[in-house]
Amino acid sequence: MTDKRASLEDVVAELRDGMTIGFGGWGSRRKPMAAVRAILRTELRDLTVVSYGGPDVGLLCAAGRVRKVVYGFVTLDSIALDPHFRRARQQGAIEAMEIDEGMFYLGLLAASQRVPFLPTRAGLGSDVMTVNPELRTVRSPYDDGEELVAMPALELDAAFVHANRADTHGNAQMLGPDPFFDDLFLGAARRRYVTAERVVEPGKLLEEGPMQSIAVTRLLTDAVAETPMGAHFTSCDPDYGRDEAFQTAYAKAGADVEGGAWAAFAARHLDGSEQDYLASVADAGTAQGSSPS
Amino acid sequence: MSIDAVGITRAEVCAVACAELWRDAGEIIVSPFGSVPALGARLARLTFAPEIVLTDGEAGLMANTPPLSASRDAMVLEAPMPYRRVFDVVWSGRRHVMMMASQIDRYGNQNLSCIGDWARPKAQLIGVRGAPGNTVNHPTSYWVPSHSTRSFVERVDMVCGVGYDRASAVGAAASRFHDVRAVVSDLGVFDFDTPDHRMRVRSVHPGVSLDEVAEATGFDLVVPDEVATSRLPTPEELDLMRNVLDPAGLRERELS
Repeated sequence: MTDKRASLEDVVAELRDGMTIGFGGWGSRRKPMAAVRAILRTELRDLTVVSYGGPDVGLLCAAGRVRKVVYGFVTLDSIALDPHFRRARQQGAIEAMEIDEGMFYLGLLAASQRVPFLPTRAGLGSDVMTVNPELRTVRSPYDDGEELVAMPALELDAAFVHANRADTHGNAQMLGPDPFFDDLFLGAARRRYVTAERVVEPGKLLEEGPMQSIAVTRLLTDAVAETPMGAHFTSCDPDYGRDEAFQTAYAKAGADVEGGAWAAFAARHLDGSEQDYLASVADAGTAQGSSPS
Repeated sequence: MSIDAVGITRAEVCAVACAELWRDAGEIIVSPFGSVPALGARLARLTFAPEIVLTDGEAGLMANTPPLSASRDAMVLEAPMPYRRVFDVVWSGRRHVMMMASQIDRYGNQNLSCIGDWARPKAQLIGVRGAPGNTVNHPTSYWVPSHSTRSFVERVDMVCGVGYDRASAVGAAASRFHDVRAVVSDLGVFDFDTPDHRMRVRSVHPGVSLDEVAEATGFDLVVPDEVATSRLPTPEELDLMRNVLDPAGLRERELS
């Protein structure tokens, strides 16, 4: 049986400029942040980022790696707006595909099912149809004849999701209350990467949580990387909650690029290795709870 | 009991106005955004809408009705409601959402995406979120804590939540389940119960004049011959809001 363990450095080395990359999680919850940080350490650029957006979008925008964002929202949850995404949009620095968050779900589902689109009412009558002129409607072939939005498949070159636990075969377990759409991000992608707080031997996941918590099977996974605190500073319940103090510092610094606060934040936390990042977080003393490993 | 004697606040009137939107709503999910709507939903459940279903703000449904500021430990969950299941509920119609609106127009088109031209906005806000899907699938209401000509506008910059004119222009697929129910602001309650679904004054809050409302609105409202005054909380409702559901007074912080 294949041992799919890999280092994040090796995984991101498979990515190329211009790729469309999906990131699991939701807002500022269980985001694959170690993967985002690994991408920041490369020279990758012109990425199309597909996300229920949080600081993953913000960090990639701040570093100038983004050509386009596909999103229904970008938020930090406890802080309404991400400063880097705002700036990028307001400066016209990025392209955007802004769609209803249910349309987003159907786009991932369509890609996972290898169908070109799925029909929905969501979007009808709204400016989502105006600002995304590529969107089409489709008429029901049945007697009702209803004309619905044909949400196109959101096909991804690569996807990253962060799990509480995974095994070496690539099964992944979400111990928090919501698996979000992580399995669909993987299903929609050609290269499928799972990071996890801890990687265990196959068969050991049931010692960690119930069967239903294993939201991703190894059918959906190409590589697994162990990344303790890999969702920091977003939440990764029950292992740790959102690091609100750190997020506040991120948002404050992000709102002050001109004054140099963001450069200082990046120098302190982002310019080194993942180990350096974790050491800088420990130094800040803001993280709640702890990684299990 | 006079108003003065108990010092009823505008926020408390607003919370009751929100609660009234869910009177006898039955077994649907009520999703309130903002402290005042959240208080209204809890108040409704403890009084005249006992069957409504409330989420914990994360991925669960609450069996109990804890105060707004309750820690997660104080919430008793009855069933999971992860986001994927939320969409099943949205598309089934068994939900009434009360969203915020950065801008709203006379037909109930709502914007929370951006201010200015979408292609390069003056101010990027949160994004369309679920507003397009909500509005064509189940009842939607709006909460605007600061009623002004900046929020009640002639034209919204980006139609997120779909209004009556837009839904009807698209036709049956959009209008079949479309139901923009009401708008509650710090000045009054508004609905679309007019022949052409233009926004109408349903009631003004105690102490608010129609002139004040008109001045703070960027379009002409339909004003019926007799305009009601939003009702005051009953003593029981006041007690529930102040001593049970919101002793920390979060409701007061939302109104400017």
